[in-house]
Amino acid sequence: MAEISAVPSALYEDKRLIAELASRIGDSLRHPLTIMEVCGTHTMSIAEASLRSLLPAELRLISGPGCPVCVTDPTLISSALALARLPQVILTTFGDMLRVPAGDMSLRSLGEQGADIRLALSPLDALELAQKEPERQVVFFAVGFETTAPLTASTLELARELGLNNFSVLSAHKTMPAALRSLLGGAVQVGGLLCPGHVAAVTGADSFGFVSRELHLPAAVAGFSPVDILLAVAAIVEMSEAGQAQLVNCYKRAVKPQGNLVARQVLDRVFEPCDALWRGLGLIPGSGLAIRPEFAAFDAARRFQAEIAAAPVYRDHPDCRCGEVLRGELPPEDCPLFGGSCTPRQPCGACMVSSEGSCAAAYRYGEVKP
Amino acid sequence: MNDVITLAHGEGGRLYRELVEQVFVPAFDNPALRRLGDSALCANYGGRLALTTDSFVVRPRFFPGGDIGRLAVCGTVNDLAVSGAEPMYLTCAMILEAGLSIAELARVCASMAAAAGEAGVSIVTGDTKVVEKGSGDGIFINTAGVGLFRRQPLTQRIEPGDVILVSGSVGEHGLAVLAAREELGFQPPLCSDAAPLNGLIDCLLQAVPETHALRDATRGGLAAVVNEWAASCGLTVEIDEAAVPVGPQVRSACRLLGLDPLFSANEGKVAAAVPEAKAAAALAAWKKHPLGKEAAVIGRAEAGPPRAVLVTAIGTRRLLLLPEGEQLPRIC
Repeated sequence: MAEISAVPSALYEDKRLIAELASRIGDSLRHPLTIMEVCGTHTMSIAEASLRSLLPAELRLISGPGCPVCVTDPTLISSALALARLPQVILTTFGDMLRVPAGDMSLRSLGEQGADIRLALSPLDALELAQKEPERQVVFFAVGFETTAPLTASTLELARELGLNNFSVLSAHKTMPAALRSLLGGAVQVGGLLCPGHVAAVTGADSFGFVSRELHLPAAVAGFSPVDILLAVAAIVEMSEAGQAQLVNCYKRAVKPQGNLVARQVLDRVFEPCDALWRGLGLIPGSGLAIRPEFAAFDAARRFQAEIAAAPVYRDHPDCRCGEVLRGELPPEDCPLFGGSCTPRQPCGACMVSSEGSCAAAYRYGEVKP
Repeated sequence: MNDVITLAHGEGGRLYRELVEQVFVPAFDNPALRRLGDSALCANYGGRLALTTDSFVVRPRFFPGGDIGRLAVCGTVNDLAVSGAEPMYLTCAMILEAGLSIAELARVCASMAAAAGEAGVSIVTGDTKVVEKGSGDGIFINTAGVGLFRRQPLTQRIEPGDVILVSGSVGEHGLAVLAAREELGFQPPLCSDAAPLNGLIDCLLQAVPETHALRDATRGGLAAVVNEWAASCGLTVEIDEAAVPVGPQVRSACRLLGLDPLFSANEGKVAAAVPEAKAAAALAAWKKHPLGKEAAVIGRAEAGPPRAVLVTAIGTRRLLLLPEGEQLPRIC
């Protein structure tokens, strides 16, 4: 399946280039500035490379709702738990969804109690499983933004082509632009936006144009190596200091203005926008991807409608402040649960579970304080 | 502590330590146990007898580069060897699930025999129990190992100025088993590094008898070893990420899956702490051994707050924290 060959070019981790970019940022910055990133891979790359330690203290990098696992609302996890409890169902999902708590339950703890819950790297793995297990109902619990949704969409097309009657998808897919509008138009004080390179590779750089046009924020589409991120940060700092609000594409080797047309088309054929619940942000109109009626036979939310409606709905830990963390209002370390009763091993909130969550990043890649 | 055993108790992190400290040690308390070493030093026999035991459950039972039998022999041999003892004899107790094919059992035993041959130890006694179908997972293996201390047992105390070495590229076993269990289908397949390390360790101890500490970097990977040393010896241990050998396959797979090779288990890699003046000799000794060709100096211990610090590939510094929870592949 996966070919292991790609070793990233050394240029993107070049120490001299990184030092130059860091000093360029330090020289340009005259006023305090907060830049938000909204991609879990950015969160992790920044923490893993300890990039904050290279930047002036007046420049804050904060994490928004960029981790698709973290923004999945407990009601949807409750639905997944309900499906996994059905004896005929094999529930499959991505690894980091397994430990996300909903109340005192998680898919992993349900699996320990005997439910058939399996890890999948791709919806195609789930489809293959359905072909191998014709007597069982295989449900793929699909989370992710525009980056993973096209693969779910083409898997659904393939399932229809194959005429499978034991494969369905529980869609928790979400789209980024609507959430950003809602978030950045609100109370959060952000002076610039690091736009997610992976999402933009599908939706196109232009899909983030509204950030500068309507919200008047400098923004840059960024890749994921230390050099990529610092380049985009430098561009935002320079625009901010010059009083400009534009969108700059700093990840041109992967992101085109119009994005990936094939991926956008398959998304449109299979999904339609719906209102979606985001953990920490609430209901955001038009920010979810629902399976179109033409694919109703493969929509787990329809196929198991009665079972989902009858199932208990779990709630978050009452002291969990993932919502504020996701809105960029609370640094992970300032949550009273952080590192005490909430750790990656026994997480209370989703931001600590996913390897892309901002709490997990802050916990796993601690800063060196003297 | 949670009131029931969960899978997380078996993952070697904080919950596991609580179990040892709150249940096992109070129940069995004695001086040999209290050291909580990889093997016990039994002082009644002139202080020369080393004893260890380990149980093995792994799914799948066969994976590229090894199987449950090879793991059982290598794991027990390595626990003795890192204490500074020479492994001599192993026992082999098996709990078999009804329905297991005898051909498969024979394949596991042949693999154990081959690994014992590589290590120069004999499997001298055993026991077999069979449980009903559904009450086991095919094969559970317990091995005990007896060794002799022909030299002074290692103090396992690292000291300020000590240089840290690792015997080869890290992360292979953990990724190989994950890839096999989850059928990730990497081409070529990721291979486990499971190997008996007593020969490699003997090479080092002959060349550098002043070696302070040795630890095989199993569950929790190299990061767990470094953190344990920092905590137990009250020192800052600094690791240079760029110096840690990681194979191209493991590096790419980790990037793809969102995992960290420093946290991934090894079954054929050992870390050593030696006085600075002996670092070159230690490295040279390992590089001469077939299992140590990729050995490298990866860091040093210094007086300071007890913590592990990673100097990243781009020269920044961050804490290298104790791994928490099993590593699961991320979404994209």
